[in-house]
This record gives sequence, C-alpha cells and structure tokens, in this order.
Amino acid sequence: MIEVKNISYTYMQGTPFEKTALREINFNVKEGDFLAVAGHTGSGKSTLIQIVAGLIDLKIGAVEIDGEDIKSKTARRKIGIVFQYPEYQLFEETVEKDIAFGPKNFGLSEAEIAARVDEAMKLVGLDADIKNSSPFELSGGQKRRVAIAGILALKPKYLILDEPTAGLDPKAKKNLLAEIKKLHRAGVTIIFVSHAMEDIATLANRVIVLAQGEILFEGTPRKLFSQTEILNRAGLMPPPVTQLMLELRRAGLNVSTEILTLDEAERELSRLL
Amino acid sequence: MIKVENLRHVYANGKVALDDINLEIGDGEFIAVIGTNGSGKSTLAKHFNALLKPTAGKVFVNGIDTADEENLWRVRENVGMVFQNPDNEIVAAIVEDDIAFGPENLGIEPAEIRRRVDLALDTVNMADYKKFSPSKLSGGQKQRIAIAGAVAMLTKIIVFDEPTAMLDPQGRLEVLSTIKKLHAQGLTIILITHFMAEAAQADRVVVMESGKILKIGTPREIFSNVREMKRLGLDVPVAAELAARLKLPAGILTAAELAEAINNENFNHSARK
Repeated sequence: MIEVKNISYTYMQGTPFEKTALREINFNVKEGDFLAVAGHTGSGKSTLIQIVAGLIDLKIGAVEIDGEDIKSKTARRKIGIVFQYPEYQLFEETVEKDIAFGPKNFGLSEAEIAARVDEAMKLVGLDADIKNSSPFELSGGQKRRVAIAGILALKPKYLILDEPTAGLDPKAKKNLLAEIKKLHRAGVTIIFVSHAMEDIATLANRVIVLAQGEILFEGTPRKLFSQTEILNRAGLMPPPVTQLMLELRRAGLNVSTEILTLDEAERELSRLL
Repeated sequence: MIKVENLRHVYANGKVALDDINLEIGDGEFIAVIGTNGSGKSTLAKHFNALLKPTAGKVFVNGIDTADEENLWRVRENVGMVFQNPDNEIVAAIVEDDIAFGPENLGIEPAEIRRRVDLALDTVNMADYKKFSPSKLSGGQKQRIAIAGAVAMLTKIIVFDEPTAMLDPQGRLEVLSTIKKLHAQGLTIILITHFMAEAAQADRVVVMESGKILKIGTPREIFSNVREMKRLGLDVPVAAELAARLKLPAGILTAAELAEAINNENFNHSARK
C-alpha cells in the first residue's frame, strides 16, 4: 500500500516566486488499485506523482510504501514512473540496450537482465524481432512501448503513468491502454494521470481530482462524472459519450445520463428503438 | 491558396514519408488532416511553410514556390505554424513580449507592433493576461498565446500541428474555439489532429495513410464509414459510432442528428404499427 500522509509542497519557498503546489494531501493506494489522477494543467498532478515516486524531497508530510518511507532505497525501487512523452528519453542504439539500461544500473546479472528485457517486451506487446532495431526507427506507439518496457524491466510493484497516451493515434492509444489493463491484471498497481476522461471512465476503479493543489474529489469515476459542479470547479468534463447522453436528454430523449462507455450508451439507446 | 502537386518527400534515411500528394486548399477553408502516427501528416504540414522542401513535386503558397530558398521568408509571412507543445514555442518572459517577437524580427515599427499585439490578444481572448509571465498560464492559455504569435504576423494561413494533444479538456475546448473563431474571421486553417471530434468541425477532412492521401471529403462523408475508419486505426465521433451500432442511417455526426434519427425511427415504427 502507498500511504500519502498530509503532504504540502511549495516551490521556491522563501522567494518572491513562491508557489504552493500541494496542500494537505492525504490518500492511500491499495494493492491492485487502478487509481486515476485528474485535474486541470497546473493543478498539482505532476508535483504529486513526483513526490509519490520519491523524486522530490518533502519538508511537510510523508509518503510510505508498504510501511517504509519513500526516502529508503527499497521503498523507492518498488515504484516505477513513466513520464509524459517518455520516448524522448530513449537514447541507446538498440531497443534491447535501452530497456536493459535500468536493470543494469540495479547491478543485476546478465542472464537476469536478458530475462527481464524479454519479459518487459512481452508485457507491452512488442515483438522480439525488433530487439536489435534502433528505437528511433520505430513508430510513435512502439517507441512509447519501448520506453515503458524500460521501466517495467525494473519490476515495479507500483507503476505511475503520466499521460501515457498523449499524442498517440486512436489505434495506438487503444492498444497501449489494453496493455496497461493487462499489466494491472498481472498484479501491478497502477496510478494513472490523464486528461482523457473516457480512459478514466473505462479503466480506473478510483479517481482523485486535484484543483489548486488540493483534493477536490475522491471516489469512483461513475460518481465523479455525475457531479457536474465538481467537474466545473476542477475544469474537467465528462467523457464524450456521457456528454452526448446529456445532449440527447436536452434534445428531449428520455435516457439515463449515468453512462460511461459506448457499450452502456448502446444498450441505453437501443431501449428506445 | 495552397497547391500541392505530386509531392514526394524522402527523408535522409531513405524513408518515403510522402508520396504523390495532390491537394488544393482554398482561401478561408478549414481543413483537418487525420491519419495514424507515421502516416505523413506532420511531414506534409512542414511543407506548407517551407520547414521541409519537396524531394520531388511542388508546393505553392499563394503562388509562391516553397522549394526556392529565396522565397523562404515570403512563404513564412503567408503561413504561420502552431505546434503541439506551447512550452517549446514561447520565448519571452512576458506574454505581450512573446507575441511581439515575430513582428519585431520583421523590423516593423513600434506603433504598428503595439496595434498587432493588441489585436492578437483580443483575438485569442487573452488581453487580461498581457503582463503575465507565460509560466503562470495554463496549457490552453499558453497555446492561445502561441496562436496570438501567429495572428500578430497577420498570416492568412495557419497550420496547427496537434495543438491540443497535451492539453486538458478545458484547454482543448479553448483552443478549438479559438481556431473556429479564426476561421470565421476568414483565415485558412489546416488542423492536424488525432481527435476526431475536432476534425468533425472542419469543412473538409484529409485522411492519410502510409504517406499517401487516402480520401478527402466532408466530415459527414468521411465519418459515415465507421468500419473503414477503424480499419485505418482511426476513430469516429461518438455520435457516429453509436448511430452505426444502432444501425441508424449513415451520415450522423452530432447529438442533435442522433436524437432526430432516433425520433424518426420511433415515429416510423409506431406508424407501421
């Protein structure tokens, strides 16, 4: 379990540029959770995940990973973080070397590294044939998978993904989300930062909404997307399919608006036909 | 007007990024370009303002040949570009200085620069923020400042290369409504996007696959073929997808059209009874 205990964080404290990024944040991530973090740009999401991953030192509050402070090496190694546009961080000559970079730094044996590279590639749905290709020759979707595989090769128990599908085309996006879902099913706890409300609606079991550095909402996606007032305050919107149902209702159709997926919408509308 | 004739582009590594592209974009038109990652969308966009030159074939911007080195600045006076990440485009520490940057480089006199900056700020609805530091703005606001930079150059054509890919839902709406406003004011808009709901707003949609133009048509024509779009790794707006699933007549794009089709279907049904 990840316990986030009463954390506050201010950038450039004691200078005229001081900015409070987070204020008294408390929440837990249980093993097996698929937690989404949503909020406007500048709401504190990136600061929060960097703190949870142990990349920013805390002065106020604490983060504990399975009961151990994030400052310890063993705690930190349980967390993997995939940043936005991670493919920009690819740098090795081959896909294999790039994925192996992290495990190598962990000082693992050659055999163990090779095994982890194979496993990580399989997990993200990359063909073993591309092992010796340059990562720069791959498509956008594949590059991103290589970058994610590099993190998975570290075998994190908790995986943080910051906007993993931003900039991908619809198909690459769908495929990558399916792989993330598979990882979750394989036992990895997921923390998922996203602007794509439809992804939050279909994937997450819980969602935290940040606004101006505070937690505005914590609960299920279904509950969140029925609360217009909270969405407005956070600068968010329901998923497109939910918006469509709201519009249909305004157009006079007697339909439920508590709809989160296309399948649900199809069922609801076919009732009318 | 932009005229593309038998355009071919081959990158230094031998990859054929564009092949046999023919396209005419009329003054004041709003064109969306869609296609999977690697289909050649961005490569095509970069030909519109001579960031890339044709390997073979021609691109004319208002009659100016983009391949001729001497025309470079004339081409760029005609075509502005807005990219995915506003953080890479903003250069100055104060919003209005950033917008003035382009016109200043053209050696325009200060009074005229002032006039253009004010006009641009009004156009993108950011006049209240002119003394702000761009770093204090949200993603959507930053992107609007980047658009204002293009507006201040008084270009008649603006190319948007996935301008909303990194934005939250609110930011996406802000940018899209700014684009629609520019179009209403008579500018020619070329929008490259992975968001089908955005493409559906255009006059015409260009569908690209593997460096070629596969189809050009109105959003209604393009998005009525749900199966083909999915085969291409693309998507359709939610109303079109649900209409197809419910076996309603093709050509539905909006919530209002979907509501009407459902009502008609019911009416016909009860009439038959």
